[in-house]
Amino acid sequence: MNSLTHAKKGTGDTLKWVLLIAGCWLMLLMMNMIPPKDSVFYLSNFNLNTAGKYMAYAILALGIDLLWGYTGILSLGQGIFFGLGAYCMGMHLMLSIGGEGAYQSDLPDFMVWNQVTELPFFWKPFSSFGFSMLAVMLVPALFALIFGFLTFRSRIKGVYFSIITQALALTVWLLFNQNSMNLGGTNGLTDFKKILNFPLSEVATQRALFVMTGICLVLAFVLCRWITRSRLGKVLIAIRDNEGRIRFSGYSASRYKLFVFVISAALAGLAGALYVPQVGIITPGQIGVLPSIEMIVWVAVGGRGTLIGAVLGAVGVNWARSFLTSNYPDLWLYFLGVLFIGVVLYFPKGMWEISGKIKSLVMHRGKKTPLTKERFT
Amino acid sequence: MSDKKKDDISQEIEEKQPKGIGRRSFLKGSATAAFGLAASGLASGLGFPGIVRADKGKGPIKIGVLHSLSGTMAISEVSLRDVVLMAVEEINAKGGVLGRKLEPVVVDPASNWDLFAEKAKELLLKEKVAVTFGCWTSVSRKSVLPVYEKNNGLLFYPVQYEGEECSRNVFYTGAAVNQQAVPAVEYLMSKDGGEYKKFYLLGTDYVYPRTTNKILRAMLLAKGVPEKNIKEEYTPFHHQDYQTIVQKVKAFSRGGGACVISTINGDSNVPFYKEFANQGLTSGDVPIMAFSVAEDELRGMDTSALVGHLAAWNYYQSVKTPQNKKFVANFKAYCEKNKLPGGKDRVTDDPIEAAYFGVYLWKQAVEKAKTTDVDAVRKAAYGQEFLAPGGKVKLDERNHHTHKPVLIGEILKNGQFDVIWKSKGLVKPEPWSEYTSPDKGCDWVDHQGTFKKA
Amino acid sequence: MNLQQKTRLSRAEALLSLCLIFSSVFFGPCLSWAQSETPESITESILRLADEDRDVVETTVFALGESGDPAVLPILEALRERSLYLWFNQEEVRTVVIGRELINRGDVSGYLVQEPYGGAAMKNEKGAPLFLPEDQLESIRLSRRLRIKISPMLDRLRLFSPDAATRESAATKVGLSGDPEALPMLSKALNQEKNRWVRFSLTEAIGLIRLTDEDPAVRKQAAETLGNIHAMDSIPTLEARILTTDDSDPEETDIAVKDAIQEAIQKISAWQVWTRTVETIFSGISLSSILLLVALGLAITFGLMGVINMAHGELMMLGAYTTYIMQEFFVAYLPENVRNFYFVFSIPLAFGVAALFGLLLEKSIIRKLYGRPLETLLATWGISLILQQGVRQVFGAANVDVASPDWLTGGIRLAVGIQLPYNRLFIILLSVVSVVSVYLLVLRSPIGLKIRAVTQNREMSACMGIITERVDAWTFALGAGLAGMAGAALTLIGNVGPDLGQNYIVDSFLVVVTGGVGKLAGTVGAAFGIGGLNKLFEPGFGAIYAKVAILLLVILFLQKRPSGLFPAKGRHIDV
Repeated sequence: MNSLTHAKKGTGDTLKWVLLIAGCWLMLLMMNMIPPKDSVFYLSNFNLNTAGKYMAYAILALGIDLLWGYTGILSLGQGIFFGLGAYCMGMHLMLSIGGEGAYQSDLPDFMVWNQVTELPFFWKPFSSFGFSMLAVMLVPALFALIFGFLTFRSRIKGVYFSIITQALALTVWLLFNQNSMNLGGTNGLTDFKKILNFPLSEVATQRALFVMTGICLVLAFVLCRWITRSRLGKVLIAIRDNEGRIRFSGYSASRYKLFVFVISAALAGLAGALYVPQVGIITPGQIGVLPSIEMIVWVAVGGRGTLIGAVLGAVGVNWARSFLTSNYPDLWLYFLGVLFIGVVLYFPKGMWEISGKIKSLVMHRGKKTPLTKERFT
Repeated sequence: MSDKKKDDISQEIEEKQPKGIGRRSFLKGSATAAFGLAASGLASGLGFPGIVRADKGKGPIKIGVLHSLSGTMAISEVSLRDVVLMAVEEINAKGGVLGRKLEPVVVDPASNWDLFAEKAKELLLKEKVAVTFGCWTSVSRKSVLPVYEKNNGLLFYPVQYEGEECSRNVFYTGAAVNQQAVPAVEYLMSKDGGEYKKFYLLGTDYVYPRTTNKILRAMLLAKGVPEKNIKEEYTPFHHQDYQTIVQKVKAFSRGGGACVISTINGDSNVPFYKEFANQGLTSGDVPIMAFSVAEDELRGMDTSALVGHLAAWNYYQSVKTPQNKKFVANFKAYCEKNKLPGGKDRVTDDPIEAAYFGVYLWKQAVEKAKTTDVDAVRKAAYGQEFLAPGGKVKLDERNHHTHKPVLIGEILKNGQFDVIWKSKGLVKPEPWSEYTSPDKGCDWVDHQGTFKKA
Repeated sequence: MNLQQKTRLSRAEALLSLCLIFSSVFFGPCLSWAQSETPESITESILRLADEDRDVVETTVFALGESGDPAVLPILEALRERSLYLWFNQEEVRTVVIGRELINRGDVSGYLVQEPYGGAAMKNEKGAPLFLPEDQLESIRLSRRLRIKISPMLDRLRLFSPDAATRESAATKVGLSGDPEALPMLSKALNQEKNRWVRFSLTEAIGLIRLTDEDPAVRKQAAETLGNIHAMDSIPTLEARILTTDDSDPEETDIAVKDAIQEAIQKISAWQVWTRTVETIFSGISLSSILLLVALGLAITFGLMGVINMAHGELMMLGAYTTYIMQEFFVAYLPENVRNFYFVFSIPLAFGVAALFGLLLEKSIIRKLYGRPLETLLATWGISLILQQGVRQVFGAANVDVASPDWLTGGIRLAVGIQLPYNRLFIILLSVVSVVSVYLLVLRSPIGLKIRAVTQNREMSACMGIITERVDAWTFALGAGLAGMAGAALTLIGNVGPDLGQNYIVDSFLVVVTGGVGKLAGTVGAAFGIGGLNKLFEPGFGAIYAKVAILLLVILFLQKRPSGLFPAKGRHIDV
């Protein structure tokens, strides 16, 4: 098992990856701030913003990897947790618009056209920034705790679990689409103006958000790394490889599973909360069945069972999607489809496996061999 | 996509390639090889701003086309992309605008509202388009709106919508509620229309039906229709099973005098009309007046269940004007020539027409302003008139909406409409309905958008 | 041509000939339905419909409408549908014709025209149907106000139409109009009527009109009749008769009649409860059968083989598009009278196409992924993306038009207010047939034995000489074929577009899982449980909350039975 071999390596390994992510993130930031605008190395604000979005996705992917790559639980409902976190953040941002909306009402715009006259009770606490920040992690975590408790307790697992979470994603999507839920219906929450009184349209605010996302990603990475390398992590891998045996050895598999499920939900919520102010909108479209499967695909393509693979998968697939939808609007779905099939058939451990192979190839030939572009493709 | 466009793209990619490698070599020292792959991909994909800056040189003018080509909205939006590209081709064939060719930048937001915002940013910030033609659903418009307002972009929005919006950066070439829904219901209440007394407002659950029905309800109540004769109901997007709802309509319509006002969107329409017919309701007993069913949607339907039902729009393919005859023929020829699905069987409809004349209104405004600068074009656009396929249209002098005629049509067996009522002259658009927001107006000349009427 | 007239008539002449019509109609013999000779007076008045003077047109329309002559029905209908035309031929002779459907002859578009009086097809000199180009015709249009006034006239004339459905809806409308002058015609129609449902509508109409009779005894009897026949359409009228409002007393003053009306309303309401129950049960069964049909293929590919086939929905879509192609083929190449049977052929063909595709899929991709169910999910997800986009590019993103065959539109009427649509009945029947066939094939045939052997223990089966690869391929093809067939059936109730599959995929997985993976009886049970409960909840909860409630129930249910309704027996640990 790939992950087991990773686990055997020294702690210096963690540091290396953390430095790498942090370095890359700092570099992007520098590229945005230092070079003149017409330089080749200049990264525009739009691109910085997009990169920030991908990094938020990477946090989510880490949670999925922990759950699926390490523990073997395939949840097709991660979009729900992402959405819950995002909506918590969105609600806070909606309330901080105040009377600046199109209707100049203290209520969010969508409530005006929905003929809601008073702020619903569950919206009220979200005017506090502190509460909202707690909620973005706690609400998804709590939801995962209840749902996970019910399912893991009765040993619903494997494919059953996947299908149930998928149905759950559909149901939550349907619910969030309902205008009677007072969450904006299909339109979701949008038209945010400021966060903590900093206008969201300012470049500096966006940069700060990018920095925050980077810090969160590094922290999430360290956390996942720590979990997977601890004794706990070994139990998780053992659950994945043979749950029955773990149970017979006296471990309560369902508790471990519940723990990982809750952690991954909290990470997804965090990712959602970072996503919202950078993208400027959250709709039920991010919750449903399709986005939830797409999230799984990022990890599958990147390489499950390796944390860095999950990060790269999230960034890579989303970048590819962005690139293809602009340049091959009619053909991009073919590319993605072929990519998934290809990865599953030929690189079951994800793209990260290729780099591993190349690395070993390079090791054999000697470290000085320059890498050419051809090798990657 | 035309072949020419593909060539442009591949050229662009070739241009980018060497730089991508250059970036990678820069990274090589600091990162491992594998990470270099991701970063170089990232960097080259994110692109290099500054390669083309619109409106500074003599090169082509870039215009954005922001319509979903995949996902659920592709059904409707692909045709808008097609007609915009056709208009561009026509304009280019006659020498372009200000002596410069138009270069369309087509992107696919894939019916994903969040992606709409991202693509809009990309069009404005990376491609630096002079104008964008795009969006269909209100949610997609609402999602790109902050982007256009923040970056002072220009969007032409071609679909009928719920109003209650007054953006400085959008020109609305579709109908406001007072140019479609309100006259349609007034017609049903009139002697000519059949003097209906009970109204079942049925829609898909999103902002357009909700707001439209809010206005219609206010209007019906104001006209003395009792509360119990108005029923409102919503179904989610893509709802397929209308058995229960049609049973309710049937119960509601017992005793006669009832009609259905449908704001059902997209693919829910077929199962709805089929169920309606299967349960024995006919257009004679209970007519359905629809605001989201046009020729292009009927192309995919078995129309037998729909014949005799009504729709309200500002244009139909069957409108008899010389310029429309030409427009319809051109569109069919364009689709056939470019081997688009459907070919010469394609039809035109209201949003297609609105998207088409939107391009021309913009062109006229640019020619008047002699620049593509957004602020100048906006000022020049006010009061701009154009002989659209369906007849003359005019952009309002103040409120960014379009003066259009209102037509009520009856669905025919061949998926076309027979115009049975036409408004006298053009109807002035009212973004804020007199029934729900009598105190509000929209004016970008003497006020800053939405203002309180004295 | 017998409808030719050279000059425009003066107004005086017009009035004169009107008198002629009246006399010919009221004193003349009753005209038969298909009249070959048009009376001279009618010919003249028909031409007058194109008069420029609105008053002349209006009086003419009324004269025609009140003539009671069934043969003028086509004229009035054409006026209402705006398909009446004035034809100027080369000699400037004006003729009135009906042109219903615009067709193309080469580059010319025009109409195959009909006689206005009687509606027979017109012939040219050679005896072929007369085709008139569009530009020689001028549409005769009435004001919308007049067109609406035509409706009640049409309804009365239609009481004697040869088509039962037309007679029935006409009777209902005449009844709701409450016009006492219509009574003699209704009674006459009732006397000669044979059809049960038309008789019902006529009785109801007579009852409704008699509710306003001067004689309390007649009113009482009318109310009793309405109650006894469960006339549901009459409830609002009945209620209005005894309603007390702030500013007026009820219209009905007679105590005995009031009581009779009360009793009638109660009877009808009780009947309504009963019809609603039947409707709910039928909707439940109908939804269940749809779920069963879409889940059946999945019960095989997922249940038996363990392939999480996310492309299942797209296989259904292929089946639906096969139906579309068949329809287009029939319309293009086969005579009209067999067109309606395209659907009979498209069901097996949809099965075949999807099965073939499934076979290819299995041989190329799925084969390499056995035993890795979660990876089949990703690969088949990729396949579904490609299929969707492929269909979108070939057929366009818009939905395509699949018309239900005539023999599947409409429904069986069981009793007043209960109609079971044929298309739903057909789907119920198809799902029953499919389940029985699958049962026989998998559980009662030698092939089924092999399938079960391979799914239970692959190595052992191989040792026993079963060629497991072949069994796998054919089993997958079977599941795919069933999906294709379901897709073909779904064209009857839903629309056909590239997204068709997406709408059903989650539901079908849920059915299979709730039933117990690999258990046919479980799938059937789960389909009926989920479908039935859904329809039970829907009226009270609304569609969405019904779905939410169902999911909660499923989760709670799996608490009790984690492996579904009928868990697989044996000592296996993991699925």
